[in-house]
Amino acid sequence: MTWLLILLPFCAAGLAFAVSSARLRAWILPAVGILHLGILSVALTGWRTLPATAWFGLDALGGWVLLVISVLFCICAFYAPAYLALRPDRDHRVLSTCLLAFLALASLLAQARHPGIAWVAMETTTLVSAPLIYFNHNRRSLEATWKYLVIGSVGIALALLGTLFIAYSAHMGGLTEPLRYTRLMENAGLLSRPWLRAGFVLTLVGYGTKMGLAPLHTWKPDAYGETPGLVGALLAGGVTSCAFLALLRIYAVVGAAGEGAFARELMVAFGMVSMVWALVFMVRQTDIKRLLAYSSVEHMGILVFGIGIGGLAARFALFHLAANALVKSVLFLSAGNIHRSYASKQYPFVSGALRRTPVSGWLFLLGFLAITGLPPFAPFLSEFNIAAGALGTGHLASGSAFLILLGGIFLAMSETVVKVVFGTPSAERVRTPYKDTPATTAPLIVALGLALVLGVWLPRPLQNMLDHATATVEGVLSARLEVQP
Amino acid sequence: MLPDLLIALTMLSNFSLVATSRVSKAIQFAVFQGVLLGLMPLAMGLGRHFHIVLLALAAIAVKGWLIPFLFRRAMRQVHIQREVDPYIGYTVSLMLCALGTGLSLVLAHSLPLKAGTENVLIVPASLATLFTGFLLLVSRRKALTQVVGYLVLENGIYLFALLLVEDMPALVEAGILLDLFVGIFVMGIVINHIRVAFDSTDTRHLAELKD
Repeated sequence: MTWLLILLPFCAAGLAFAVSSARLRAWILPAVGILHLGILSVALTGWRTLPATAWFGLDALGGWVLLVISVLFCICAFYAPAYLALRPDRDHRVLSTCLLAFLALASLLAQARHPGIAWVAMETTTLVSAPLIYFNHNRRSLEATWKYLVIGSVGIALALLGTLFIAYSAHMGGLTEPLRYTRLMENAGLLSRPWLRAGFVLTLVGYGTKMGLAPLHTWKPDAYGETPGLVGALLAGGVTSCAFLALLRIYAVVGAAGEGAFARELMVAFGMVSMVWALVFMVRQTDIKRLLAYSSVEHMGILVFGIGIGGLAARFALFHLAANALVKSVLFLSAGNIHRSYASKQYPFVSGALRRTPVSGWLFLLGFLAITGLPPFAPFLSEFNIAAGALGTGHLASGSAFLILLGGIFLAMSETVVKVVFGTPSAERVRTPYKDTPATTAPLIVALGLALVLGVWLPRPLQNMLDHATATVEGVLSARLEVQP
Repeated sequence: MLPDLLIALTMLSNFSLVATSRVSKAIQFAVFQGVLLGLMPLAMGLGRHFHIVLLALAAIAVKGWLIPFLFRRAMRQVHIQREVDPYIGYTVSLMLCALGTGLSLVLAHSLPLKAGTENVLIVPASLATLFTGFLLLVSRRKALTQVVGYLVLENGIYLFALLLVEDMPALVEAGILLDLFVGIFVMGIVINHIRVAFDSTDTRHLAELKD
């Protein structure tokens, strides 16, 4: 059953490459997206703790992350046909193929139970997302693609070395391959400490580069700035979630080995640096897509910060993964619409979006308020609880710094957002024929609605899943949690 | 004995890599290094494991034939001979490379090896090669030389993986090798686009995006 999650998008990618009608090809995306989500939902009703010998399978953590990615993909896929129809000049054969290939690889990564396979899946997502960034085929997108490829490849190479270090730490402890995660966690006491620590630092730096944690994020503003909003949403919520998952798997092994304190300090430090860095670059940032890229750096920081604090904060960091992905899709897609309408993504060229594209303008504004923590949207719930978790466990300094940074980021972002959304559209600016239509706004409204629902109500099965995912991240899988289907 | 010789040659080629100004020479050294490392499992006396021999042959084929083929094609298209005006000069690069090699020895010293490991040079040599790859990546301007840097970086990782070669599942190793090849292939495509767009493969042109 779960094999279908990989095979379906993979075959669809081949189909998308073969189909010659652009209209038909664009509709493969939503069809596969909804099917994938359906299969995943059915598969998740039977999720379980996996036997130690399984090479592939969905546990609570992988299932949660894949669910987030699948929902995000659906939103983007339903937006895609209308968007691609607006760009008849650009052939989207490669774009559609790579989007579907990405979904297949994300499904592979979520189910991989061996760090080597997880690495291969992660590396391949880098390669399939490079053509996505180059969609516009101009000099600027070329520069972004080159930076993304080079920095991403180096990052992922370090993650490989880190994975090998951890394999060597097991080798020294007398464990033989295949070193699946479960086996590593159950025998974590045997792992050689110096290699394990060095391996964790390398994987944190490596997968952190792919997530875009500061100061390893330098590819991010360029890549997110130059791609269509559609790709930006999927990169910011999908590719980063994949890298985060790969990192969490290693983090869990380190935690199970009793080196959790060391790993936590590093995570908290990385999280803080990312938030500070994002804040600095958000001030006076006039390009809305680059602004969103720095917001993504900030939220990746929040994720690792929450995990580093642990307990309640870790649970809500995992929840924040969903909140961030949903709201980021609203922001990137509405920014894409605004970009279409103004043929620019920079203030002062873009101004008065509420008048020219009222629906996208409102969605952008609400998305901004949601991501910066306005109740009752989901990011408020997670950010509040991460702060509460930090303060409640005695992390007074970092907890207060976290809150101050959130406030600062709200102010920094609002400066540009207010100017872009309110005001009057400049009269000299040529008007493009773009107008908001239900096809380009409905998926965003659904995403924002989901973020609203998650902010007030999380269904019980999902709560259960989140609890078990948190336990896995904290390294207590060795207790063999038994879970009823 | 033989493995130590191969490792020494690998480390020597690190120095040659950072000291050369000709792009074609740099490519040759990286390929030479890749083939040396491909021979390592055989030199380490692992010839009795069928899957290791198979993977070693695959590694030699990819690094000694496929990747040079891609490089040659890229070279023909872009007509470049020399790395002009690198960010870090050749003499300084050479000194940095020596410094990196020294640091690798120190660093490797603090990481314990499994009792009975014969090839004690593998860890420092792997770290030194990794460092050389980094140096090439950040200090050179031509996109092609940066790809050479990436290849050298991967060589360093491959060298470390040799410590685990008897243990590692073939599936994982094959995946890693395939990814390396596809990675270089994709970079080659992007380089070609850079050449068409800018009429040069100098990454100095790629500096339009900034805050």
